[in-house]
Amino acid sequence: MVKLKWKKLLPSGRTTVIGIPFVWLLLFLVFPFAIVFKISFAEMAIARPPFTELFSFAEEKLSVMLNVGNYLFLFKDKLYVYAYLSSLKMAAGATFLALLVGYPIAYGIARAHPGIRNLLLLGIVLPSWTPFLLRIYAWIGILKTNGLVNNLLMKLGLIDTPLHMLHTDFAVFVGIVYAYLPFMVLPLYTNLVKLDESYLEAAADLGAKPWKTFIFVTLPLSKGGIIAGSMLVFIPAVGEFVIPALLGGPDTLMIGKVLWDEFFSNRDWPVASAVAIVMLLLLIIPMMWFHKHQTQEMETV
Amino acid sequence: MIMKRSFYALLAATVAMFLCAAPAAIGKEVLHVYNWSDYMDEGPGGPVSVFEKQTKIDVTYDVFDSNEVLEAKLLAGKSGYDVVFPSTNFIGRQINAGVFQKLDRSKLKNYKHLDKNILRVLEAVDPGNKYSIPYMWGTTGLGYNVKKVQAAFGGNAPVDSWDMIFKPENAAKLKECGLVMLDDPSEILSLTLHYLGLDPNSLDAKDYKEKALPLLNSIRPYIKYFHSSQYINDLANGDICAVIGWSGDILQSRDRADEAGAGVEVAYSIPKEGAGTWFDMIAIPSDADNVDNAHKFLDFLMVPEVIAGITNYVSYPNGNADAFPFIDKEIREDKAIYPSEETMKGLFTMKNMPPKVSRVRTRVWTQLKTGQ
Repeated sequence: MVKLKWKKLLPSGRTTVIGIPFVWLLLFLVFPFAIVFKISFAEMAIARPPFTELFSFAEEKLSVMLNVGNYLFLFKDKLYVYAYLSSLKMAAGATFLALLVGYPIAYGIARAHPGIRNLLLLGIVLPSWTPFLLRIYAWIGILKTNGLVNNLLMKLGLIDTPLHMLHTDFAVFVGIVYAYLPFMVLPLYTNLVKLDESYLEAAADLGAKPWKTFIFVTLPLSKGGIIAGSMLVFIPAVGEFVIPALLGGPDTLMIGKVLWDEFFSNRDWPVASAVAIVMLLLLIIPMMWFHKHQTQEMETV
Repeated sequence: MIMKRSFYALLAATVAMFLCAAPAAIGKEVLHVYNWSDYMDEGPGGPVSVFEKQTKIDVTYDVFDSNEVLEAKLLAGKSGYDVVFPSTNFIGRQINAGVFQKLDRSKLKNYKHLDKNILRVLEAVDPGNKYSIPYMWGTTGLGYNVKKVQAAFGGNAPVDSWDMIFKPENAAKLKECGLVMLDDPSEILSLTLHYLGLDPNSLDAKDYKEKALPLLNSIRPYIKYFHSSQYINDLANGDICAVIGWSGDILQSRDRADEAGAGVEVAYSIPKEGAGTWFDMIAIPSDADNVDNAHKFLDFLMVPEVIAGITNYVSYPNGNADAFPFIDKEIREDKAIYPSEETMKGLFTMKNMPPKVSRVRTRVWTQLKTGQ
């Protein structure tokens, strides 16, 4: 009897399998968000952890202390608004560059002989087998004053004085485009490879030049891939910290750095949390737009 | 039915695997140390490997390059480290926040070797020396590439004065060969205030915003980058020519340049206006897992021969009085490492700042770096 009751309490195998993604989201998205959200309403303190508790229970009274000052503070100092804007700008620029570089690559692979497509795709993914940090460090060696690029250009006699490339916004763009390129190429490839070639033949039959066919047929048909790839690059690039920290100059201002300063230099976890929450809200808007677009696409298909 | 059962079996096995992962290490004595980068010989034959051989304790040695990173780990709790090395301008507040445990002196047989005068000075941040022991100390001064700097100034570079950095017309001359500063608001802002004749530990926001910032802004266009460890290699390679940095790091850079034999000559100077000085301490977090082993490691680091060996390697003076005879003669007599009585008088210490002043400092620092 007892054994039978036990069985009833346990979820069926099916529920367990379906439940795994939800448990995952709950554990790794909802819980951390709730914790950060909670800290964003606290006040800093010299203690471990270094912030006050929101809830206190004394004399049969539960009191809740919500400090909204952290959010107001973000609007008092123009630094934060500027950092958000500058992050969005950097991420948008890098996404555009990644698209410019990634589209021809994806197109080339999709049009390649089916036998070598997998090999070419492997070539896109292979660099990711080297740790991310190491690949970014490699760019320091390539871009620095007496690095590979400068030495080569000097030897060829194209320049007399080394170009200042490392520790500039240019280096950050290069780093982001390089690091996130696979995330741009893969969704574009899956989209382009499905493209029905009879459309292109039809356009050619009707007298369209190749570039016209590309702009009016291929490009609109690959919109889904462009959006998916752009989102996959844009969203992580906004909050990127490592690439601007290693390749950027001291005047490269991104929200990741501001977050670092609030958390480490100021030890102000509540303000740091507020910065993070606002950043999340900024990212949720493009994500929701992306999601809406995807559902639309699914419906039309 | 069988499938269902095997699914649960698989689930149970997975859970069991995760649960077993941690206790698998039991039976083996371990110790987790978190120290500054380039702060002892990490290779075979270095203090860590000697300690491992002597005690059969397996040491994991990790490094950081800013007090802020260490502090964030300590304040979050359960950092996983058993021995950490915070600086004097941070440790006072950390002790108040309760992140360290009292040292058990009965387990520290070598405590008697520590320098009594230094311990007395350190009571300002750790009353009764209950929570920490001194590791190394040093100054924040001027490191430079002798040939390049002399060339930039036509032979008479003012290397004995902060004028070389803080006067815009001088800093401009260093732009071409590379002027660098620590990425550390407390170090650089304290020094700037001191140079201006103000209190280096000022609590007045105006001093930072209206006095220190304009001066730093005037030399900002000539600064190549702000970083707290990169300059060791760059100075040795000749990629940069002048840096406001930590004494021992610059001297390590000098040694690396000598070893490379590429003709780069690095020197360190404590300018006549005075410089900042600090101690790095050794402490045990209150939630450390291997308290006994941590005490053993602290005791090992107080053995005069051991700590002298570290000083010989890193070029920082230590806080151990009985270690002095074991220190290489050239280091003992190097005025850049052990400053003269007169230089000592000009040194100032950096104090622990209240949160509001900390925020002003960080904000001024961001403004300096980004212009925002």
